[in-house]
Amino acid sequence: MFSFFRSRKSSAPPADVAPSSATTQPAGAAAPAIDRAAPASDGGGWLQRLRSGLARTRERLGANLGSLFHLGAKVDEAWFEQLEEALLMADVGVTATRRLLQGLRETARREQINDGAALRSLLSSQLADLLRPLERTIVLQDAPPTVVLFVGVNGAGKTTSIGKLAQHLLNDGQQVMLAAGDTFRAAAVEQLRAWGERNQVPVISQAQGDSAAVIFDAINSARARGTSVLLADTAGRLPTQLHLMEELRKVQRVAGKALGGAPHEVLLVLDANTGQNALAQVRAFDDALGLTGLIVTKLDGTAKGGILAAIAAERPIPVVFIGVGESLADLRPFVAQEYAEALLA
Amino acid sequence: MLENLTQRLSTVVRTLRGQARLTEANIADALREVRIALLEADVALPVVKDFIQAVREQAVGMEVHQSLNPGQALISLVHKELTKLMGDQAVGLNLATTPPAVILMAGLQGSGKTTTSGKLARLLKEGKKKVLLVSADVYRPAAIEQLRVLGEQLGVDVFPSSADQQPVAIATAARAYALTHFHDVLIVDTAGRLAIDEAMMAEIQAVHAAVNPIETLFVVDAMQGQDAVNVARAFNQALPLTGVVLTKLDGDARGGAALSVRQITGRPIKFVGVGEKVDGLEPFHPERMASRVLGMGDVLSLIEQAQKGVDVAEAEKLAKKIKAGKDFDLEDFKSQLQQMKKMGGIGSLMEKLPGQLAGAMPAGQDHEKSLARVEGIINAMTVQERRFPALLKASRKRRIAAGSGVQVQEVNRLLNQFEQMQKMMKMMSKGGGLAKMMRGMKGMMPGMGG
Repeated sequence: MFSFFRSRKSSAPPADVAPSSATTQPAGAAAPAIDRAAPASDGGGWLQRLRSGLARTRERLGANLGSLFHLGAKVDEAWFEQLEEALLMADVGVTATRRLLQGLRETARREQINDGAALRSLLSSQLADLLRPLERTIVLQDAPPTVVLFVGVNGAGKTTSIGKLAQHLLNDGQQVMLAAGDTFRAAAVEQLRAWGERNQVPVISQAQGDSAAVIFDAINSARARGTSVLLADTAGRLPTQLHLMEELRKVQRVAGKALGGAPHEVLLVLDANTGQNALAQVRAFDDALGLTGLIVTKLDGTAKGGILAAIAAERPIPVVFIGVGESLADLRPFVAQEYAEALLA
Repeated sequence: MLENLTQRLSTVVRTLRGQARLTEANIADALREVRIALLEADVALPVVKDFIQAVREQAVGMEVHQSLNPGQALISLVHKELTKLMGDQAVGLNLATTPPAVILMAGLQGSGKTTTSGKLARLLKEGKKKVLLVSADVYRPAAIEQLRVLGEQLGVDVFPSSADQQPVAIATAARAYALTHFHDVLIVDTAGRLAIDEAMMAEIQAVHAAVNPIETLFVVDAMQGQDAVNVARAFNQALPLTGVVLTKLDGDARGGAALSVRQITGRPIKFVGVGEKVDGLEPFHPERMASRVLGMGDVLSLIEQAQKGVDVAEAEKLAKKIKAGKDFDLEDFKSQLQQMKKMGGIGSLMEKLPGQLAGAMPAGQDHEKSLARVEGIINAMTVQERRFPALLKASRKRRIAAGSGVQVQEVNRLLNQFEQMQKMMKMMSKGGGLAKMMRGMKGMMPGMGG
C-alpha cells in the first residue's frame, strides 16, 4: 500500500483502517477499496493505461517511437532527429530536449553504443535520474493540523485534487477538513461542499469575506477539533495577475498567524496538458510563495506531461502526486522511473 | 521571456547582411530559429514543420526590399504567413437560423467552457438577444450551480437541470423550452471530456444530434502544449466544429496552441477569453496573435492593457491639473506608480514590448523591487512634503531615508528623477506633445534602477 502522506509518528495502522473507512464511504466508492487491497506495485496498470493512451497518439502521428528502440535499430542522425521530435512532442521543451540529447550523444560516442534498444534504456535512466529528485512524500505534522494550501491557474484541477486527496486521507485513517478558499468563482464553494458531502468531511466556508479569512477560520476550527489535515482551496489565478498573487501571499501570511508554521505545504496544481508555460507558472508561484510540491493532473489523456523534465532541470520542485484518471485509484505517487518510462513509451 | 525571435534572429541575420536575395542556404539558420521560437510557443511539431516548409518555399528567390535586411524580410514573411494561417480576419458568430439558434460548447476539462458560456451570454445579451443558458454537465460537482449563478449575475435565463438527468434529455428539454419562450439563442454548456474517452465523445455527439446547433465551439486553453493537435483532431472528427474559443489569454503563454488548433480543424478562432470576469471575451485578432506566438511583442494588447488598468477618473484629474499649469507633485507620482502596478507591473508590461524596446531597459535589475522601493520612500514623506517637495532639505531627507530603510543618496536620486519628470509634464502641458515626452523618457528609464 502506498501513501502520499506519512505520519512522523508511526500511527495510521493500515490493516484495520480499510473496513472502518468502508463504512463511512458512500456505496459508489467501492473501487478505491479494491485498489487498496492490491499491492502498490500495480503501477503497471497505470503504465498500461498511459501507454494505451499514448499508442493512439503514435498511431495518429505515425511517429512510432517503438521502431526507434528496436533491437539493432541503426543509430544515426535521423535516429536522433526522430528522438528529438518525440521529446519535443511530449512537451519536454527545446532546451531540456537539447540537453538530454547532448548527454545521450556524448555517452553513445564515449561508450561506442550504436544499438537503438541500448540507447533507449540509457536515455530512460538519464531521464529517471533527472526526475528522481522530484520524488517526495508529504510528512504530516506531529501536532495537528497539517495545513495544505492548493494553488494554481484556472482549471488546473485544484478542487478535484482536494476531493480525491480527502478521500485518500480518510481511507488512511486521518481526519480531514476542507477550507473553501475560492471565494471568487461562481459555485466554487458548492463544488468543494459536494466533495465534502461525498466524503462526509466538514467544509469551512463563509458567505462573504476573502480567502485569507476563510482559511484563518478553518485553521482555528481544525485545531479545535483536532483534525489532522486541513486542505485549503484557493481561486485559480494566472501568475501575471500580480494583485492576485499578492492576495495568495496574504493568505499564506494569515495562515501563519492562525498557526505557527502554517501552511505546512503549498502545492501547485499543474495540468499535464500545459505546454512551456508550466515552467513560467512554477517559477512565478514558487517566487511568490515558496512551493513545497507539485500535483500533476489529467495525465489520463494523450498529453504526456514532459514539461516535468524541464521543470526538473530548472526549478526542481518535488511532485507529491499525479492524477491519471477519474477515480481515487488513479491518484498515484510520483515515481521517476515510471514517469520516464511513460514519457518514452 | 525577453528572449524573443527578433532578438535571436539578429545574430543569424548579421551573416545575411548585404545579400540581395534569400536563398536556401542563407535562410537555413534563420528558419531554424523560427522553428525554435514556434516550438517554444507550444505550436505542435507537425504544424511547425508544415509551416517552415511553406515559408521556405516562398522565401527562396525572394528579393529583399531595399529598406529591409534579409533577416527583416524573412521575419516579415514569417509574420505575414502566420497571420494568414491564423485566419486573415475576425469571424463572428453565425446565428442566422430559425430561433432558437443553438450554441454547443465542447472541450477538455478545465479549458473554460462554463466561464466562456457566461461571457458569451453576456455578449449576446448586449446585442439585444434573448439568451437561455443550460448546463449538461452532470459530472463535475456544482457545475450546474456554477452556470446558474453566472446566469443570475448576468440577468440571463438559465434552464434548470440536475445531476441525475441525462445530458441529451437536458439539452432537448432546454431547446423545447427556448422554442416556446421565444429565446433567440440557447447556449448548451457540456462537461469537460477527454478526446480518447469514447463513451463521453459518443455522449456529446448525441447531444449535438439532439439540439442541432448552428455553432459548435471548441474551447481551448491558450496554455495547452503539443497535445493540442491530437485533442483538436479528435474533437473535430467527432463533432462538426464551427469555431474555436481561445481562453486564458491574459496569461503570459505565447499561445501556440491557437495555431495548432486552427491548422488541424480549419475552423476560425472566433473569440479569445481574457480574465475570469464576465466581460472578458474579445474578438480574435489574427495579426496580434501571430506577433504573440512569434514573441515579437504585442504592442496593441499592451496599449489595451494600459487603458484597462488606468483609473480614468484619476487620469483625468491629473490631466486637468497639468493643463491648469499646476505642478506635478509627488502625490501624483505615487498615484502613477500605483496605476502602473494595477496594469500588471513592469514585468508584465515589458513582456509585451518588442525586443528592441525591452532590450533598452537595463537588464538584470529587478524593476518591481526598485519601484516598490521608490514607493516606500514616497510613503515615508508627509503629505505636506509630497505636495511641496521643495520642503525637502537635509534633515527631512535623513528622516525619510531612515523611515524607508534606504540611504540618503537614494532619496536624492528619486528627487532628481522626479524633477525630470516634472519638467516633462510641463513640456506636455505647453503642448510639446507626446513625441517630446518620449524623448525625455528615454533618458529617464535606465535611472529608475536606483
